[in-house]
Amino acid sequence: MIARTVLTIAALTLQEAARRRVLWALAGLTVALLALSAWGFSRLGAELGSLTSGETRLIAAQVLNLVMFGLSLIAALGTAFLAGPTLAGEMESGTTLAVLARPVRRSAVVVGKWLGLAVFGSGFVAVAGLAQFVIVQVTVDYWPPQPVIGLALLAAETTVLLTLGLLLATVISPMASGIVSVGLFGATWIAGVVGGVGEAFGNEGVALTGTVSRMLLPTDGLWRGAMHAFQDPVALTRLGAEVEGGFPFLSDASLTPAYLTWAGLWVALMLGLAGLAFQRRDL
Amino acid sequence: MSTGASVETADLLTDLPPSPAVWCSGLRKRYRRQPAVDGVSFTVGRGEVVGLLGPNGAGKTTVIKMLLGLVRPDAGDMLLLGRPARDPHARARVGYLPELFRYQPWLTAAEVLALHVRLAGVAVPPGEQRECLGVVGLADRAGDRVAGFSKGMQQRLGLAVALVTRPELVVLDEPTSALDPIGRADVRDLLLALKARGVAVLLNSHLIGEVERVCDRVVILDKGRVAAAGSLAELLGRRELRLRLDGVSADAERRLAAAGQLTRDGTTFTIALPADEDETVVPELVADLVALGVRVHAVEPARISLEEWLLDILRAGHEGERS
Repeated sequence: MIARTVLTIAALTLQEAARRRVLWALAGLTVALLALSAWGFSRLGAELGSLTSGETRLIAAQVLNLVMFGLSLIAALGTAFLAGPTLAGEMESGTTLAVLARPVRRSAVVVGKWLGLAVFGSGFVAVAGLAQFVIVQVTVDYWPPQPVIGLALLAAETTVLLTLGLLLATVISPMASGIVSVGLFGATWIAGVVGGVGEAFGNEGVALTGTVSRMLLPTDGLWRGAMHAFQDPVALTRLGAEVEGGFPFLSDASLTPAYLTWAGLWVALMLGLAGLAFQRRDL
Repeated sequence: MSTGASVETADLLTDLPPSPAVWCSGLRKRYRRQPAVDGVSFTVGRGEVVGLLGPNGAGKTTVIKMLLGLVRPDAGDMLLLGRPARDPHARARVGYLPELFRYQPWLTAAEVLALHVRLAGVAVPPGEQRECLGVVGLADRAGDRVAGFSKGMQQRLGLAVALVTRPELVVLDEPTSALDPIGRADVRDLLLALKARGVAVLLNSHLIGEVERVCDRVVILDKGRVAAAGSLAELLGRRELRLRLDGVSADAERRLAAAGQLTRDGTTFTIALPADEDETVVPELVADLVALGVRVHAVEPARISLEEWLLDILRAGHEGERS
C-alpha cells in the first residue's frame, strides 16, 4: 500500500510539474542563461589568445562555475516554488481532502511528493548541466574533470532545498514557504562566502560562520563540492596560492564522505519531520 | 476434528451480523479552547442512509472529517466498516465528497477518477470509470481539464470520485451545495440508487427536504452534541391536532392538555399527540369538549414536517440554555 501511494503521488507530482506553467518559466530561464553563457564563452575564447593554457582553464572553470551557480539557483527556485504550492496550496484549496480520505498514509503522500520533486529537480539539473558542458566544450574546449559527480551533487543540493520547502509547506502558507526556503538558501551561500573570506584571512570566528551554516543547511556545502568537481584541479594547484579561500566560484577541497552522510541524514531527518508535521495536521 | 472446528468457526463468523458501516462513540474535538464536537456517538448500519442535520457550526463537518482521518479526534472510538478508523485500510471501501470539493485542475476528469482508483487500490476497468462519469452527467467532459469546470461540474466530478471505487459506505458533505435544481434531483436519484444497491450513506445536508426524502434515519447535532437521533418514522410519527375553539373553560383546557402537549394561539389550540395514539382519542376528545360546553369550529389533523421538528428541537435546546 505504501509503495503504491508513494509511486502514484510521485507520478502525479511529475505530471503537475510538467503541466503547470512553472516548467515553461524554468525552461525559458534556462534557455536564456544557456544562450547568454554560449555568447559569453565564445567571446572568452576569442579574448583568451594571449593567456597560458593553465590560465585559460582556470578562467573557464570559474566562469563555468558561475553559470552552474545560475543553473542551481534556477533549479532551487523552481523546486522550492513547486514544493510549497504542491502541499500547502493543496491543503488550502481542499484538494488534499479527497486524496487523504483514500486508504493512504499521509507520510507516504509526503514521500511521494518529495520523490516526484526530487526526480524533477535532478532531471532538470542533468539536462541543463549537460547542455552547459557541451557549450563550454565547443566554445573554449574545456570539459569538467568529474561531470557526473558534480551534477549529482547539484541534484543533491536541489533535493536538500526542496526537502526544506516541503517541511515549511506543512506548517506555513505556500508562498511563505517558497520565499523562506529561497531566502535561507541565499543566506547560507553568503555565509559560505563570508566563511571563505575568514579562512583566507585566518580569522577562525568568521570561518566558523561558513562551517556552521553548511551544517545547518547543506546546500552551500554540496554546491562547493559540485564546484570542485567542475574545475580543473591542475589549474587550481598551479594558481592555488593566489586564489586560496575567499573566492566564491572556486572550491579548494572535495567533499568528505562524512559531510555527504550528514547531508543524506539531514534530508532524511527533514523529510521525517515533514511527514510528522503533516500527519498531525487537521485538515 | 480441528478441521471441523475451523469450519464451525467460519460458520459462526458468516452467521454474525455484519458490522455497521459507521460506529462512533464519544467523539470529542476542541479547536483551541472552543469545543467543536463534544461526545458524539452514532451508528450507520449497512445499507442505511443516515442524514446528519444541524445548524451551521454544529460540528457536522468536523464529525465527518474525524471519521475519515482528516481531523484527529481528542477522544472517542470509531469503526468504519468494522475496522478501526485510525487504520487507513478502513477507508478502502469508503467514498467521500468533501464540502470543499477541489480536484487537481491540471488533470482531466477521467484522469482524476483513474488517480482515485489507483490510490484506493481497487481494480476498476476504464469502461466502468467512464460509466461513473456518465452517471453524474459528465460523460462528454471526460477528456477536459478540471481547470475549465464550473463549480457545479466540479461537484458532479466529486460525486463520481466518491462512487468510482465501488464503495460500501459513501460520505457526502453538502453534496448539492453548488448544484441547480436539476442537479439536486439527480443527486436524489443517485442516493436512492445507492440505497437500492445496499450502499450505506452518511449525508450531511442543509436541505431538509432532501434528507426527508431519502434518509432512513437522522442524527441531529447542535453545538457539538447529538440533540436527537432516530428513524424518521419514530421522530415524525408524532402527529398534531389543530383545533379552533371558543368558550374554553379551565376544565376544558385541562381536558385538552390531558390529550397531549398543548400550545395555544388565540382561539387555535395545537396538541402534539403521542406516537402510540389510538383511533378513539380524537372523537373522544371532541365529545368531551362539547360536553364541557366548548364550541368546536374546526378540528384538523396535521403531520409534523422534519423542518418544524428540527426547529423545535434546536429552539428548545437554546431556550433551555437561556433559562
